[in-house]
Amino acid sequence: MQPTTKDFPENARRALGDVPLQAALGNIARGWQEKRTQAVAALPEFEALRTAAAAIKDHTIAHLDEYLERFESRVTEQGGTVHWCRSAEEARHTILAICHRLNARTVTKGKSMVAEEIGLNDFLGGHGIAPVETDLGEHIIQLRKEAPSHIIAPAVHLTQAQVAETFRAGHHGLPTNRRLDDARVLVDEARNVLRPRYFAAEVGITGANFLVAETGSAVIVTNEGNADLTQLLPKAHIVLAGIEKLVPTLEDAATILRVLARSATGQEMAAYTTFATGPRRARDVDGPEEFHVVLLDNGRSALLGTEFQDILRCIRCGACLNHCPVYTGIGGHAYGWVYTGPMGAVLTPALLGVAEAGHLPNASTFCGRCESVCPMRIPLPKMMRHWREREFAAHLAPHAIRRGLSWWAFFARRPALYRAAAGALARWLALMGGRLGYVRTLPLAGGWTAVRDMPAPSGRTFQQLWAMRAQPAAKKGSRP
Amino acid sequence: MTGGREQMLDSIRRGLGRGPLGEAGKAAIAARLDDHRAGIIPARTRRDPAGLIELFIELAVGAAATVERLDGPRRIPIAVADYLAAHDLPRDLVMAPDPWLDRLLWAERPKLKLRPGRALATDATGIARAFAGVAETGTLAMVSSETSPSTISFVPDTHIVVLGASRIVVSCEEVFARLRREAGAAFMPRSLHLITGPSRTGDIEQRIVLGAHGPRRLHILLVDGTEA
Ligand code: SF4
Repeated sequence: MQPTTKDFPENARRALGDVPLQAALGNIARGWQEKRTQAVAALPEFEALRTAAAAIKDHTIAHLDEYLERFESRVTEQGGTVHWCRSAEEARHTILAICHRLNARTVTKGKSMVAEEIGLNDFLGGHGIAPVETDLGEHIIQLRKEAPSHIIAPAVHLTQAQVAETFRAGHHGLPTNRRLDDARVLVDEARNVLRPRYFAAEVGITGANFLVAETGSAVIVTNEGNADLTQLLPKAHIVLAGIEKLVPTLEDAATILRVLARSATGQEMAAYTTFATGPRRARDVDGPEEFHVVLLDNGRSALLGTEFQDILRCIRCGACLNHCPVYTGIGGHAYGWVYTGPMGAVLTPALLGVAEAGHLPNASTFCGRCESVCPMRIPLPKMMRHWREREFAAHLAPHAIRRGLSWWAFFARRPALYRAAAGALARWLALMGGRLGYVRTLPLAGGWTAVRDMPAPSGRTFQQLWAMRAQPAAKKGSRP
Repeated sequence: MTGGREQMLDSIRRGLGRGPLGEAGKAAIAARLDDHRAGIIPARTRRDPAGLIELFIELAVGAAATVERLDGPRRIPIAVADYLAAHDLPRDLVMAPDPWLDRLLWAERPKLKLRPGRALATDATGIARAFAGVAETGTLAMVSSETSPSTISFVPDTHIVVLGASRIVVSCEEVFARLRREAGAAFMPRSLHLITGPSRTGDIEQRIVLGAHGPRRLHILLVDGTEA
C-alpha cells in the first residue's frame, strides 16, 4: 500500500471529527480491553509467561541466522521450498513467478500484514491475477478499496451499517432490497460469496504467526478458519513471513501461544491454531501439493544491534493498539500505513525511513500503557523516544520545535542559568495566571492554549520545591 | 535466489556483530532444538485423569463446542443419528477413511449415509477422529493423514469429532510428545490443527458470530472404554 504517513497530523485531525469512526472506535475500549483484563486475571502464570516468551524471542533473534538455516533444511527435507527475499520487490516477484508457473488466475489470501507491507494485492492485480481476501474484515475493506486499520481486525473502523452498505454495493447478483441489518446475516452472506472462491483458487497465500525451526512448520492462528481453507484447497500454499517469526521448537511456540490470544482478543486460545509442515504427504487425500515459504527481510535485519532490535519480538497481537489513547482516539488509517498504534510508530519509521514516517513516534502521550500490556515486554515508549531523537538529529523536526528544544538544551547545559531562567518564568506565569490560577493565552504557544487553559504554576520552580521538600527529611537524618 | 540468501544471512550476522556460528555455537543450538522440556504449564491442569476430562469438557463447552459423553464406541452411530435429528440436519455425512470408524456398527442406523473421503463443497456434515484432546484449553488436536483428511475439519457446516477419553492430555506440549512417540522421526503431519470451538468472527463491531468460514457447529463425542 502507498504510505501516507507524512500526512499524519492532517489525517488525525480528520479522524477526530469522523462520527461513524468514533462510534466504531468506542467498541475497542468496551470490548478488547475488558476481555484482555479478564483473560489475564484468569491465568496466574501470565506474567511469568510474558517473561518466558520474551526470552525465547531474544534467544532466537540472537541466533537468527542459524535458526533460519535450520528451518530451511527442515522445509526442504519435507519437499517444500524456502525463498529468501531481501526486499518487498523480490518477494512480490517470487510470488508472481509461482503463480505464473501454476497458471493461477485467482489466489485466496488469509489475512497477512506482510502482504499489505509489500503491496501484494495491487501487484498481483496488475499482472492479471485476482487476489481474494478471505478474512471477513479483509474482505470488507477489499470491497471498499481501503487499507486495514488494525493489525488483527482490519475493519474495526467500520460500523455494522457501513458493512451492510458495502455488501449491498459490492456483492453482485443478489436482491438489492435484501435484509442486511444483522451481523449474522452479513457473516452468512460473506461466507456464501467466498465459499466457491476457495475451491476455485489455484494458489493460497497466508502469513505465519510462527515459523518453527525444529520442524519446518508454519503456524497460523485464526478464528474464522479462513486461513485453513486458503491453504488446504488450492494446489500450492505460499507462506509469506518476516524473518523475525522464527522460534526454535514446538514447545517454544506453545509458550508464546499462551500469551498471544489472551493479549489479542482475550481468548484463551483462538479457534484454530494450525501447524503446516511441507506439502501433502504421498498418501494424503487432501492438502496442497506445493509448500513455499517466502522469508522477507525488507529492513528487519537492519534493526539488529540497534536500539530498535526489541521490536523484532513483536507477535502482532494488537494489544498495544487496543490500549493506546492515541490509537483508540483516531483509529488506524491516520497512521497512513499497515502497522499502526504504538508498534506501528516504532516499526514504520524502521521500514519506511524516518523521513517518511517521522511524525508517528510523536503520536504518543508516553502514558506507558502499551508497554505494560505488551506480552513480549517490548519497551515501546523508549523506542519512540529514540526515533524522536533520531528525527531531531536528522533535522527533520519542524522548525519551531527545533528552536524551542535548542533553547532548552542551551539552558539545560548551564544549570545556574537554567535555575535563574526557570525561576523567572515560573514567577511570570504565576503573575499571568493571577487569582484564577489558569493561563488563558501564552505567547508563542497560541496553538496550545487555543483549546485549553494552562494551569498556572505556583510561582516556584520544581527544583525550588524539591529543595524545600528535601530539607526537613534531611534534618531528621533518616528515611521513613 | 542464492545471492539473496547469502546477503540476508550476512546482513543478519553484521547486525548481530559476529560471523557464522562456530562448532560450539552450532552444537548449542542443536541441543536447544533437542530440548523438549515443557515451559510453564498453567497450574489449573494439575488434576487426576478424571479431573482433566472434566476440565476439557468445561473449556470446550466454554468455547461453544458441544460435548456428549458415551460409555463405549458402540454407541457412536446412535449418537450421531440422534444429534443430526435433533438439529434437523440431513443424514448424509462425509467420514474420514479411517478403519476404526469404519468398523463401528453403522448398520444399526441404516438411515445415515456415509461417504468416506475428503470433504467436498457439497458435504454438510463431516465426522473424524481426534488425535488428542487438550484439557488446558478444551482443544482438539486433529492430525492429517490418509485416514484423517484436514478438509473434514473445515469444509462442512457441522463437524463431529470422536475423541477417546483416554486421549485427553494436559497441554499441547503433551500432544507434541505423543506425536514424537507415535509417529517417529518425521513426526509432524502435513497439518496439525488445534481446534477450540467452532469457527467464529468478531469482525463486525466485535460481536462474536459463529460459523464464519469453518464449521458453525462442533460436536465432540467423548468416548470411554477405548484406546482410540
Ligand atoms: S508491540 Fe507488543 S502489544 Fe504491540 S502488537 Fe507487538 S507484541 Fe502485541
